[in-house]
Amino acid sequence: MKILVPVKRVIDYNVKVRVKADQTGVELANVKMAMNPFDEIAVEQAIRLKEAGTATEIVAVSIGPDQSQETIRTALAMGADRGIHVPASHDTEPLAVAKILKALVEKEAPGLVILGKQAIDDDSNQTGQMLSALLGWPQATFASGVEIAGDALNVIREVDGGLEHISSKLPAVITVDLRLNEPRYASLPNIMKAKKKPLDQVSLDDLGVDASQRLTVVKVEEPPAREAGITVASVSELVDKLKNEAKVI
Amino acid sequence: MSILVLAEHDNNELNPATLNAVAAAAQIGGDIHILVAGSGCGGVADAAAKVAGVSKVLSADSAEYANGIAENMIPLIMSVIDGYSHLLAPATTYGKNILPGVAALKDVAQISDIIRVDDADTFQRPIYAGNALATVKSGEALKVITVRTTSFEAVAADGGSAAVEAVGATGDAGKTTFGKSELSSSDRPELTSAKIVISGGRGMQDGSNFAMLEKVADKLGAAVGASRAAVDAGFVPNDYQVGQTGKVVAPDLYVAVGISGAIQHLAGMKDSKVIVAINKDEEAPIFQVADYGLVDDLFSAVPQLEGEL
Repeated sequence: MKILVPVKRVIDYNVKVRVKADQTGVELANVKMAMNPFDEIAVEQAIRLKEAGTATEIVAVSIGPDQSQETIRTALAMGADRGIHVPASHDTEPLAVAKILKALVEKEAPGLVILGKQAIDDDSNQTGQMLSALLGWPQATFASGVEIAGDALNVIREVDGGLEHISSKLPAVITVDLRLNEPRYASLPNIMKAKKKPLDQVSLDDLGVDASQRLTVVKVEEPPAREAGITVASVSELVDKLKNEAKVI
Repeated sequence: MSILVLAEHDNNELNPATLNAVAAAAQIGGDIHILVAGSGCGGVADAAAKVAGVSKVLSADSAEYANGIAENMIPLIMSVIDGYSHLLAPATTYGKNILPGVAALKDVAQISDIIRVDDADTFQRPIYAGNALATVKSGEALKVITVRTTSFEAVAADGGSAAVEAVGATGDAGKTTFGKSELSSSDRPELTSAKIVISGGRGMQDGSNFAMLEKVADKLGAAVGASRAAVDAGFVPNDYQVGQTGKVVAPDLYVAVGISGAIQHLAGMKDSKVIVAINKDEEAPIFQVADYGLVDDLFSAVPQLEGEL
């Protein structure tokens, strides 16, 4: 079975983002970029399925500017077999991404697509669900446990109230949550090997997808800052402040 | 304009998050209908009919909707959605799971996790874990929207008298089978709606130490939460997690104990009215958002706090 794993290039999760002065977006120039952390978990899961003999090939896909190829190389260094880069704007919306992935699924015929549940830049949490609806495939979102036997898929999902167990049949779309696994680091030899793995480009025209923006970003601004607080010297002072100053207890 | 709000419920009770989504719908303005899809959910439909400002309840009562399986819910929503200008659901795992599929099949963009309504087409939503706020405008014929519940004060659960209309079931899509739930049960208030939340982080060192926080929570009528680090370490279950990818809370009082304050955690709690941080590391970033900071060893401070309440 082939597994398709989309990976997104985003601002590194440790970086404090800055809003641009003209309020058109956040500053991306000279900012450290990295693979979306949820996508790393998706790649790791695919590799584990390959190591277990369930999967035979892992194809990493990234949609975005040329630098997205670096993100694909990271996936290849972790253990994906080949990459596909679809050149597009950094701001490609989830619906367009889902349409592009659908077109790639039709081309590549994977048995499983594993995605991060959300990207930590736009925090949309939409793409996997949209892809599953467009393909008419089962969806298993927010997965913290994945088990595959033949074409049977059993997934444990993290939901607001706790956990949920669901079953479905492949082919399917899985979106992964934080506790599914701990992604491996790419070793230096594997980073070197990844440079030789195949990475193809497929254009939006080849796929016949219109990726134009549907939403207009009117403005992007800083959230209101919290006023500086105070340090209290003791638990007694804290309790006094909460009772008599903040009046919250 | 008419707005359809997807009700979240467990077939017995209407989840209060629905009332926050209705509040957002009321700000958009127009006729507000609620869709209750479940199995044996007549009581929920009746409760939805009493929600203030709601003019009609669509009730789909059939076995395939019992567990909110997205592949069954999406065809149902598609069967009733024509004529609506907006489809709203709370931005809970329930709403997030179902709505994007509807948006995709209607070929419209979804706007996730709105925190403000500017007008019927324009909304504000957090991006980058709330470190930036984007105002977005949608020209789509149908606006599909999930609502951050803490940003909209719930409408009254009573006062309305909407008609309940049964809608035809769309059948089991046969794609996903529900197995079982492992839901945490607690007598304490629900994390996202609690007035006071006390959360523990990696500094708690062990799950058994959360008993200290529970004692304080019980004195304050508070909910207990956790940082990702504490959940990843297995101290507490996943549903305790507050943060960018966990739950977003905005209580009157948030007490962060042994939490360093990563960006991802702050994203889930920085809209709390009053924030208290207890941490022995005075350099911890959590102190930058705290109204009251106590630099102290939590293992002595928390029992003392319990004693003084």
